[in-house]
This record gives sequence, structure tokens and C-alpha cells, in this order.
Amino acid sequence: MAFFLAQFLTGLANAAALFLVASGLSLIFGVTRIVNFAHGSFYMLGAFIGIYLMEILPGHVGFWAAILLTGVAVGLIGAITEIIVLRPIYKAPELFQLVATFGVILVIQDLALMIWGAEDKLGPRAPGLRGVWRIFGEPVPKYDIVLIAITPFILFALWYLITKTRLGVLVRAATQDREMVGALGVNQAWLFTGVFALGSALAGLGGALQLPKGGADLLMDFNIIGEVFVVVVIGGMGSLPGAFIAAVIISVLNVFGVTYLPQSTLVLMYVVMAVVLIVRPYGILGREEVAGEHGQVGAPEQPIRPYGRTGILAVTLFIAVLALVPLFAEQFVMTLIVDMIVFALFAASLHFILGSGGLVSFGHAAFFGGGAYAAALLVFHTGTPMELAFLFAPLAAGMLALAIGWFCIRLTGVYFAMLTLAFSQLVWSLAFQWRGVTRGDDGLVGIWPSDWLNAPAPFYYFTLILGVGGIVFLRHVIHSPFGYALRAGRDSPRQAEAMGIDVKRVQYAAFVLAGVMAGLAGGIFVFSKGSVFPTVLEIAESFDALIVVFLGGVKTLAGGVVGAGFMTGVEDWLVRLEYWRLLLGLVIIAVVILMPEGIVGTLRTLWRRMRNDDEEVVK
Amino acid sequence: MTEILRVENLKKSYDGFLAVNDVSFSVAAGELKALIGPNGAGKSTCFNMLMGQLKPTHGRVYFDGKEITGHKPRDIWRRGVGRTFQITGTYQSMTVIENVQMALMSHHRRIFTIGPRAWRLYRDEAMELLKTVAMQDQADRPCSVLAYGDLKRLELAIALCHKPRLLLMDEPTAGMAPTARVELMQLVADIVRDQGVSVLFTEHDMDVVFAHSHHIMVLNRGELIADGNAAEVRNNPQVQEVYLGGGTLFKEDTHA
Amino acid sequence: MNFIRRTVLGMVAVAAALPAVAQDDSIKVGEINHYKRMAAFAEPYKKGIELALSEINEDGGVLGKDLEFIFRDDQGDPAEAVKIAEELMTRDGAVMFTGSILSHVGLALSSFAAEKGYLYLASEPLADSLVWKSGNPWTYRLRTSTWVQAAMLAEEAAKTDAVTYATIAPNYAYGQDAVAAFKENLTRLKPDVEFVAEQWPALFNIDAGAEVQAIERAKPDAIYNVTFGTDLAKLVREGGDRGLFDGRDVYGLLTGEPEYLEPLGDEAPEGWFVTGFPWYAFEDGTPEGTFVAAYEDATGETPKIGSLVGYMTAQSIAAAINAAGSTEGDAIREAFEDLQVSGTPIGDLTYRAIDHQSTLGAWVGTTAVEDGMGVMVDWEYKDPAPYMPTDEEIGEMRPAE
Repeated sequence: MAFFLAQFLTGLANAAALFLVASGLSLIFGVTRIVNFAHGSFYMLGAFIGIYLMEILPGHVGFWAAILLTGVAVGLIGAITEIIVLRPIYKAPELFQLVATFGVILVIQDLALMIWGAEDKLGPRAPGLRGVWRIFGEPVPKYDIVLIAITPFILFALWYLITKTRLGVLVRAATQDREMVGALGVNQAWLFTGVFALGSALAGLGGALQLPKGGADLLMDFNIIGEVFVVVVIGGMGSLPGAFIAAVIISVLNVFGVTYLPQSTLVLMYVVMAVVLIVRPYGILGREEVAGEHGQVGAPEQPIRPYGRTGILAVTLFIAVLALVPLFAEQFVMTLIVDMIVFALFAASLHFILGSGGLVSFGHAAFFGGGAYAAALLVFHTGTPMELAFLFAPLAAGMLALAIGWFCIRLTGVYFAMLTLAFSQLVWSLAFQWRGVTRGDDGLVGIWPSDWLNAPAPFYYFTLILGVGGIVFLRHVIHSPFGYALRAGRDSPRQAEAMGIDVKRVQYAAFVLAGVMAGLAGGIFVFSKGSVFPTVLEIAESFDALIVVFLGGVKTLAGGVVGAGFMTGVEDWLVRLEYWRLLLGLVIIAVVILMPEGIVGTLRTLWRRMRNDDEEVVK
Repeated sequence: MTEILRVENLKKSYDGFLAVNDVSFSVAAGELKALIGPNGAGKSTCFNMLMGQLKPTHGRVYFDGKEITGHKPRDIWRRGVGRTFQITGTYQSMTVIENVQMALMSHHRRIFTIGPRAWRLYRDEAMELLKTVAMQDQADRPCSVLAYGDLKRLELAIALCHKPRLLLMDEPTAGMAPTARVELMQLVADIVRDQGVSVLFTEHDMDVVFAHSHHIMVLNRGELIADGNAAEVRNNPQVQEVYLGGGTLFKEDTHA
Repeated sequence: MNFIRRTVLGMVAVAAALPAVAQDDSIKVGEINHYKRMAAFAEPYKKGIELALSEINEDGGVLGKDLEFIFRDDQGDPAEAVKIAEELMTRDGAVMFTGSILSHVGLALSSFAAEKGYLYLASEPLADSLVWKSGNPWTYRLRTSTWVQAAMLAEEAAKTDAVTYATIAPNYAYGQDAVAAFKENLTRLKPDVEFVAEQWPALFNIDAGAEVQAIERAKPDAIYNVTFGTDLAKLVREGGDRGLFDGRDVYGLLTGEPEYLEPLGDEAPEGWFVTGFPWYAFEDGTPEGTFVAAYEDATGETPKIGSLVGYMTAQSIAAAINAAGSTEGDAIREAFEDLQVSGTPIGDLTYRAIDHQSTLGAWVGTTAVEDGMGVMVDWEYKDPAPYMPTDEEIGEMRPAE
């Protein structure tokens, strides 16, 4: 019994920092609707700044003052970030801002490396709180007890702020209805800045408060962000008490998981999230997202048309040039183009459901990696000929999409996104931990094409035909009745249902088709690299695709493909430089601010303006 | 006259609050019938239950003699019921004619087709429908730039795509200029006459209601308090009481 | 229209990717690593390479030319690493490539090398499958094998009375291999040992309080630790506070390496038996002492184990190219077989023909805190030979060539 209690206390202590960071994220989302990937970066900044302040402010007072000052400092950094990076793009399409926050992550990572160096830093101890107290004979660290005691005060303070102050009233009003706050004459821009600063400050506080239990290092931004999102989603996006309950649940379950299921450390929280979302699609205390509440901001999408004669000619010409590449270019150019095509097909498959279907998936890598693994497993274990194994890639990815989609498709918006993320993490952990079959992170190696394809030029043509073919096929589908029905369901589900369209079934089919095409890309990928590792199933892989789709332009047809080409090219070039993350982050932020409709969308608008076309020209 | 829609004892309660209480009525084939009532009377709730967007707490709905209570909107649509909404829900990213084509594709069960180009399908048929609502000149404009009245007419064209036998129109003229209202309702009346469609509509504008409908029902606080022709409704004491204050509309001389 | 834009963008990207082809007369080696993602480990490694290169080139280089490394960042992504390797070999004129800390990147590079017939010296990856289960003719490895280091700890553990053991290792292939190696070696030496708890925290995301409680609950006589980096710091803190290590023998794989011990400062654990790199205790004039002095001179920093590995990587490659007398991949590959590299900080180093593993051993010793810093005391350098699997076992593991 005493042991259980001690475990429970450990869980509660862990929940403290987690709740702080999660409540900040939840606040920011609730008011501004920004899915802030950079939240983990503010947590990391809090840790580094906290250590610095604790070194110059020693003693009891110094320690606690340092934590508070850290909150203020990180809050300021958050405010500056919001003003420079996010404020210009509030009118951009839904979730576009997450691309900007991704740029912020890269910038902060390199800046932190420049300022604080690469070495891990151990956090200072809280003065007078080293050692343990014994509770029923079980040792419990003193600082744990302090954390447990502090958390309710923080929750209370936040609750007071939100329910009893004018700022809180505005925040709640904005969470309910952003337009109304504007109508009340409140300066919405400064309210958003204030909330973003507050959210960042909470993340910074969390980073500083965990110091006596850990420290500061350059990986902590990514390490916490997954857990924080899980907590926010389980609690219900925008709900502070929900975040608190979820932080406690996740932390306590983790502690028991460590003891009774030690292998579960990688996936436990994603399993919990999947279960919660399947049972309660809006989290424990979340409320249903009203359709269109934060969707379709910005200019409405233009009607689509297949290319005219010039367009088709240009495309044919372009493909012809690509087909001639092996005649004059060196081998590496072919490899680079193969990489581009694979990534473009992957991005196009995500763009298909995201752009035409309005389904924002955070877990699309499950199908890319799933396809790659399916083919690789066949080759590795059964020696299946490459041709057959290759066909299995899209097939298996499609089956996976059929299974995952069945659970996810009933959800909407951010919750749909997070459930796809949860499932992709489950697939990842399967590949990572089922070593008997997948060899874990040792990966499957030696997966090369058959002899007739195993040379740069033949494989290049193989990729060109299937990859470009896949992209063209997806484009064709968008122009077909099915593609139209998909867009109809996105534009107005109510209207679509009222004209006989089974919106969910259309979306489900589109989800599966996107899975198949991502699997196709994965199949090409594995034979081009000769090996596959769980990295292809990681969250980062999903986000890469997501980011290029947004960068290219969600409300355009070529956005995914152009974004992928742009990103592969820019990255290949920048990575050669010392501080490439900083530069890449700045490039992303610049593109996002200068081209709020994405690259293709903004270029199209410019093109129209140059020709003095009026808005509504379609043909 | 044969009966196309019959509603029996329809009820909808939210946490004990009765939004619609024990409403029964029927709509005859070829009839243009209005459902009126003050704000919050339960008109939209009623409509949403007829079309399947809401499940009734109690009661039954029959269309053409077959029960459709609690069916999904898309099933009810397939049986031959069309609907327009109070707030239009056209597809913003499509052109005017594509909106109509979309409905036609659904009607012809081509939703899961990926072969042909959608914008070529049923274009002539869609153009005919647009002609009925005088929208043919705007066929290739993006839906997002249409004037409100035009959107309403487009919605009507969409609703007629599958040759419905019953059309439910929720405030078809809301937000329109008075002349446009008259034009639109005249159009609806023509369609009822020419195509034998039955129409049930809700409306705030009493001019529109009394000028065009064959029969009028009045809903108040979820209860049906009158159901009859214009004169009967006008003279109903309960209706008089509900509309006291807005009573000018009920003066004998308005639309005798 | 969009395709035109795409063409332009693609072409711009490709054009930008064209580096100015260096026409100078140096011999180039590709070095692929996770310079950003694992900066704390990659930077000392790179400095070690640079130190060795400056020495080699001062002495006249290799085959009369300067030896040059092209450093490239792979972001810790195996696919990216393979792409870079191809670029290095086909465009930049590298004669071979080396690098990688993360095992899976090393394995991807190794597979690529075997398929294309390029030579890869796996400098830092820890996975033993590089030379054993997934070994191939084109891959050599420098870093001491995990199996050997675990065996050295197991040998020490077998001398004690401890019977029940708990293990804690990061939840990925390296951690699992390290635990398996320890268990196998210890069970062979002392069949009555019992493993009462196996903890698998997520890499760099340990829940230290819970892990400590779980181990304490099993009441083991001794603990085998494979965690490192921030995980180790948290484990040491929580375990120290809660008295987990009191009265227990603790064996720490890599725990004594400066990369992991130094950040702990005066909170470094005391009395653990660990593998590591006690650079502070090397005597002047010895090969290792000379290396440390030269490194401190050149960089103004104290060396890490990565510095040593980087230094020896460049030395090995220079020796191989000199022995090959040519920059042909095949010739260098043959030169690596039983290659003797002399004058390294550990004296002579050999690359075994049987499994392409180098004979780099490990320093083992006991941790202590001196002057507010964690150090290894009573240490010795151990040759790996006695701890290696037998030649027959290796022959069974390695795929037929």
C-alpha cells in the first residue's frame, strides 16, 4: 500500500511540469486556434534561462525568483514571436500557422546551440530540498512534495485568472467566439499576443520548475511536445481543468506502466489517447468543434479546372525533360530527382485528403512507412521477388488506412489529426519494438531492386513512371465526380448530406486512396534506399509532408508537389551550411509571412494581378 | 388530393424543454404550404426532423405513405425530398453550374466514379435547371462571388435536381430585397404548378406567405395552433393573439 | 502553369546543389554525421578528426597528397545519410566514407556501401550487427563493440556475491543488445544469477522516479545500467535521493565516458564499475597522454571519447590508403584487412580480417568524485581479444560473403 502511494506521488510530481506546459498550449489553442508546435521550444528555453538565472541568483530567494523571472522572460520571447511571426498570418488558411511555429522550432534550436553550447546541463538543486522525506517508510524526494503542493495553487491561480478577471472573461469569450470579442471593441491582436505570452510563460515556468529533477538539453523540446499534445487532447483542447486531469492521468499511468509493463514506455500515452478519443471524440472536458468555427478563414478557394492546352503542353514538356535527364545528368542528380518525386508523391497523397477533403492528418507517415515496411518485410523474411513485394506496398498501406480510417474518420478537425497521430505512433512502436520481425531500429537492410532495375537510369525511369503517374492520377481523381464529392463534403457537409452524398464514406474512401498512394511512395522509397528504419514512421516524417503541403498552398492543386520540390531543394542546399536549421527556419517563416496562400497560391494571385484579371475568372 | 407528407405527433425535447410538442399535419401533392410562427417557435427544429438532420424524441414522419422517421438526410433525399436551408450551404469552391452538377452526379449515383471529368458531366441538364431559376448567365461564376439572392435561386435549382416530389424550404427569402422575394416565390409557385412538386416552406415575411401559399400552418412554442387556408388562419383567435403587435399583416384589406 | 513553376524551382534547386567542384589535389573522404541532432557527441568527434588531419598532412599527407574530410550533416535520418553518401562518392570525388554515431544510420550506410561497392568505416555506431549479423565485405568498424564492453563488466560482476540483478537500458536496439550481452556473459560465468527486473525507459525521455521505484521494488543485489546522457543524469539524481544505490553494486556501460560523467559534476555516482575514458589520469609521454595534450593544445578543450574515436578514424583511414597505395575502393578495402595502424593513442590498432572489427578495447574502472568532478579511479585499459566471441561463433553470425 505504501508503495502504491509512493508511486502515486511520483506520478503527481511528474504531472506538475507537464500540466504547466500543457495548460499553456491549451490556452493558446483555445483562444487563437494556433496549433503551436514550438511550445516545446519555449519549455526548453525556460530550462536554459532558468539555469542561467539560478546561477546568478543564488540561495532560497534566488531559486524561486529565478523560476518566476524565467516565466517572465519566456513570456516576453513568446510575445515577440507572436508579434513577428504569427500576427501577420492570422488570416491564412486553417492550421497554416503551424508551419510558422515549425520554423520557430528550428530557429530556437540553433540559437540555443549557439548560446548555450551542445553539452547537456544538469539543473541546480532547489536549496534546502535535497534528499527525501519518508512517507510510510517509502522515500519521497522533498522536491516532489513541493511540486505536488505547488500544482493546485497554479491551477487555482489560472482558474482565478480565467474566471474572475477581465482578461479571463475576454479569454473565455474568445474561446467561445472570436468574432464576438472583436465586435465588443477589444483589440483582438493584443489579446492574442497576451494569451500567447501567457501560454509561453507557463511553458517557460514548466521548464524552470523541472530543473531540480533534470536539466537542460537540446533535445528536450521534441521530447516533451508529444506528451504535451497528448495531455491537451485527452483533456480537451482549450480546457484547463481537462489539461490538469489529463496530466495527472498520463503521469500516474506512466509510473504504473514503468513498474508493471516496463516495455510500454514508448506507446502507453498514445494508447491512452486513442482509447479516450474513440470513446470521447472531444477529449474528457472538451466541447464539440462547431463546423466551420475555425475553418475556411481567408479567401475562399477558387474553382478548379484541368489544365488547358498550354498547361498540358507545359506539363508534357516538363516530363519530357525529366525523361531526358539520364542522358546528360550525373548520377546524383537522378538520385535527387528520385527523392523529390517520392516526397512529392507522398506530399500529394496527403494534400489530396487535406486540400480536397479538409482532413488534416498528423499521421500520414504511417502509410508511407507502412508501405515501405510491408515491401521490406516480404523481401527480408521470405525473399519475395522485388516486383511482387513492391506491389504489396500500396496494398498493405491501403489496408492499414482501411483499419485506421475506420476509427479516425468519425472525428473532425484537430481531434481527427491527433487520433491519426496516435495510430501512426502505434504503428511506429510496432516497427520499433517488435524486434523479432522488424529488427527494431536496426531496421531492415539489403532491400534492393531486381537486377533489371538496379542501376541509376532504370530505377530513375521506374520512379518517374510510377511517381509522376501517381501524382497525375491523384490530380485526375480530384477532377472526377469522386473528387468533387470530397470537396463538397469539405465545403458544406450539411448540404452534401442533403443531396444524397454519404460524406463520411466519401472521406473514408479518400483516406484509403491517400494511404494507397503514400504506400506507393513508400515502396519506391525503400527500394531506392535499400533499407528501412522506424524513422520513416516517425512523427517528424508526417510533419515534413504536412509542412510542404501548407508551404506549397493548401488551396491549390499543385501545392503539395511544388512544396515538396521546394523543400527538398532548399534543404539539400542549406544542410551543407553550419547553421542550416536557423536558416531553414528563417526561410520557412519568411515564406509563410510573404506567401500566406502558400507558394503556388500566392504566385497565382500575383499572376492574376499582373494580368489585371478580376477575382472570378475561372476559365 | 393525395397526401405526400404526413406527420404524426412529432415531439422534440432538449433536456426537458419541448422545442416541438405533438405536432401533426400533412401536405397534399401539388400543394404549396407555409409553416409560420414567431422566432423560436420550433419551425427549423420541425424541418430538421422532417429531413433527418434531427431525430425526433417521439412521433412519426411518412413520405408518400412510407415511414421515414429518423432516416438519414441522404436517404430521405433519395426518396424524393429536396431541401433548401435558412443559411445557404452551397459549395464555395465550385462554380454555379458545378454546384448543380454535383447534385446531378449524386442523383445519378456517380459519386464514387473516378473515370470522367466531373465538369463535363450533366452540363446540359444542369444548364436547363439553371434556366428554370434564371441563373444560366452566371453558370460559370465562382459560387463565392454570388449575390445572396442568386445563391438562394441556385439552391433552389440544386434542390430540383433529382426531380423531388416534395421540397422543404427553410426561409427561402430571408435576407432578400422585397422585390426579389416576390420574384423568388413566384418562381416557386410556378414550379409547383408546372412540375407538380409539393412545397413546404417556413417564412417570416407575411406578404410572401399570404400571397403564395395554398395553406398555412402556425406554430407557437412548439405547438401547432392553426392549419388552414389564408382566411381561416387570419381569423383564428389564437393566431391573432400570438401575432398581436405584428397584427397589421392580418388586416382584412391586405390580401383579400 | 504549376508544372512550369515546379520546373523552375526544381532546376534552381538542382543548380544550387552543384558545389564548386574542387580541382585541388587532395584525397577526399566523406564524413557523415548528426552534427546538429547529436551535437554534444559529434563536435568532439569532429575536432578529433581535424587534429589527426593536421598531423597527418604536416607529415606529408597520404600518397603524397593532403588528406581531406568532407563533413556533412545527415539530420540523424538514415535515408538522408544514404543520399549524402551517394553524393559524396559520385560527385564530390570521395574515395570512401565514414561516420555516424546512431546505429541505424550506420546500418543504412553499411547496407548502401555493400550494394554499391563503396568502402565504409563505421567509426562510432554501437550496434554489433554492423560487423556480425549484418556484416558485409565493405564495412569496417572502429568503435569497441558493445558485446565486449558488456562482457568486461560482467566479468567484474561475476566476482561478487550478488545473485539478483536489475537492468535498466534505453528502449531501443542498442539498449536491448547491451542488456542481452551482459546477461549472456554473466550467466555463462555465474549460472546461478537471476535477473529480477528489466527496465526500459524511452531514450532521452526517462521517468526516473518511476524507474527507480520499480527497481527498488525488485530489491536486486546489483544493478546494470545502460542509460546515458540526460537519462543517466536523472537516474543518478532520483536513485541517489531515494537511496537506490546504497549497498548495491552498480555496473555502468559507458557511464565513465566524459560525455556522460562530466555534466553530472559533483553529483556523479561513486563506486560504480564502469567503462569510460579517464583522460585526466594519463601520464605524459605515453601515447594516450600525448594525444590528450595535443588535443587540449589544439582545441582548448578537454577530450571526450568521441575525440579519441575521431582521431583514430582519421589515423586508420590514412594508414589504409597508404597501405593500399591507391585510392581505388577495392584496394583500400583489401588494405583494411588485418591493417595495422601504428602510433595511435592506444598503441597499435588492428582491423581483424574475420569480422572487420578493430581491436580498440576499453578502459574500465570505478567512479569517484574528485574536486567536484566525476572521475574513474583504479582503472585499466583492457584489450578486447579475450572478450570476443570465438571465431566459430563469429563465422556463424556473419552472412557468407
